[in-house]
Amino acid sequence: MNTTSHLPSYLEQSEAVRNRFDRLKSREVILEVKHLGKDYKTTKGNVTALKDVNFKTHRREFVCVIGPSGCGKSTLIRILAGLESHTSGEVLLDGKPVTGPGRDRGMVFQGYTLFPWLTVKKNVMFGLEMNNVSTDDAGREAELWLELIGLEKFANAFPHELSGGMKQRVAIARALVNQPRILLMDEPFGALDAQSRVKMQTYLLEIWRNIDITVLFITHDLDEAIFLADRILVLKAHPGEVQELIEVPVPRPRSAEQFSSPEFLATKARLEALIHPQEAEPDQDAEVKPQMIRFVNVADNVE
Amino acid sequence: MNTSSWFAVRRELSQNKKTKLGVASFLLPLLIWCMVSYLPFIWHPKVLISNPGDVDYFQVGMLVDKATFRDELSNMQSTGKIAPQGQPANPIYLPAPHEVAKAFYTGFTTAPEQRDGQWLHESLWHSIQIIFWGFLISSLIGVPLGILCGTYSAVSRLNEPFVEFFRYLPAPAFGALAVAILGIYDGPKIAIIVIGTLFQQILIIANTTRKLDYALIEAAMTLGTGRIKLLFRVILPGVLPDIYRDQRILLGWAWTYLIVAELIGTSSGITWFITQQARYQHFDNVYAAIFMIGLLGLGGDLLLAVLGKRLFRWNLSANKE
Repeated sequence: MNTTSHLPSYLEQSEAVRNRFDRLKSREVILEVKHLGKDYKTTKGNVTALKDVNFKTHRREFVCVIGPSGCGKSTLIRILAGLESHTSGEVLLDGKPVTGPGRDRGMVFQGYTLFPWLTVKKNVMFGLEMNNVSTDDAGREAELWLELIGLEKFANAFPHELSGGMKQRVAIARALVNQPRILLMDEPFGALDAQSRVKMQTYLLEIWRNIDITVLFITHDLDEAIFLADRILVLKAHPGEVQELIEVPVPRPRSAEQFSSPEFLATKARLEALIHPQEAEPDQDAEVKPQMIRFVNVADNVE
Repeated sequence: MNTSSWFAVRRELSQNKKTKLGVASFLLPLLIWCMVSYLPFIWHPKVLISNPGDVDYFQVGMLVDKATFRDELSNMQSTGKIAPQGQPANPIYLPAPHEVAKAFYTGFTTAPEQRDGQWLHESLWHSIQIIFWGFLISSLIGVPLGILCGTYSAVSRLNEPFVEFFRYLPAPAFGALAVAILGIYDGPKIAIIVIGTLFQQILIIANTTRKLDYALIEAAMTLGTGRIKLLFRVILPGVLPDIYRDQRILLGWAWTYLIVAELIGTSSGITWFITQQARYQHFDNVYAAIFMIGLLGLGGDLLLAVLGKRLFRWNLSANKE
């Protein structure tokens, strides 16, 4: 904890960063969440998954949502996508209330969810065809996107022939080809190994920089959140409430070197303090202490 | 763990071992059958008389119980008359493999015993037609209804409780009713196969449809897919390979109902052939006909399996088999 005292406050922003945030906030609001609440009925009674969640997302902003398990971040994104109902408050997209799933909100799931019976190209064409775009036009759009994500060679492959990272690239292309106003991503890289994960993060930023898209990204990885986000929405559990909306002071363009920059570390320290508070209720694992006895010869050392 | 061993738990065997075991699974019963038929000291509860001697009711070629033969033999020996002679034999209902193999061929070359009778191949063809129509009619109703039940809870709740009840009613019980309604020819036979298959089919297809990963449906909805397109562009293609597999299993059930169905009204098809041959004690022909049903069923299923692999290239589990 000593190192944190030498760090700048995560609230300190450089001139460039402050200007960027001013520009960001002057752009129109795409998504507005007002007093959003969600109660579940279970056999043990009512459970509040989300309580009075408020935030606004501006056009071309990259927002990450982070929080401990059980904070309702998945419920939040599913409500935004229209896959689940909410019990109070409202969700406005471009000022209009969200009532169900629609092409204006693209979604990328952790489990890829590519249609296994369609080729990669047909998967990307799917959304366009569902919205009555002619097959020719959809095919042209899909080819363009496959080139953008570098998978044009795999156009006629089936999803089971692709690696996890490739599948997720196709899933992103499939969502973006529909030209949604906002891209909702529910722990999209959670199933990937560390290496492909870093690649996909860089790659996602590259896409976001070049097209008109707003991203709301759920993760439980602090580094991922800081690396990607303009602002980080920190939720707390039981009930799921907004704890803080942090403006990430790390300048853009982002690169892997920034992981050890003071702004990055300061933000991470703050996130850690929020998510794993010191006076946390005793966790069950801590009470089960291992009591190891030596079973090997004293001379037989591994360390 | 030694993965090349024959008994590694839930490990795939090499192709070579699989083939060997597959052949062995047919050879083993055949071997037992050969032993019982050709080794005179195994079973053979009868004696085939080759020389009746002085026993007045024995005739050449007659099959008598071993005990009877022994009694008569000691009778004759004690009274000093000519003793009967014979070889151990199996009962008439267990012909030897070579006799059945011969019947496999002669069954097709022997003209029917009655003038209006059918040749073996005509009987088989008639049976295949009954199965085809029965299964087709059942599938035309069962597959769409099953998919709808698996997709919409309302359709499921409206149908499944009744179907669940009806499937316990044994199809042959409707035989007399079917004859009264549909006459004595092919109508009631097809009806029995439909009744036997349809109700299971609805439930099985509905369950298969429910197993489609819901996340795929959610993904399609976030891409702006409407209700009708969800059914035809996501659910249907998604469950098709599994429904195809279900249909293969259900076709096997349809075959089991065939024999009962063909006994209803005027006996026909392969069942007619079998009962007719049994009446004249041509058990070699009976076995040949029964094996033919097995071969047709297995052959048809293998054909469908190969076809399925080509149809559903994208499906991993279908390609693994």
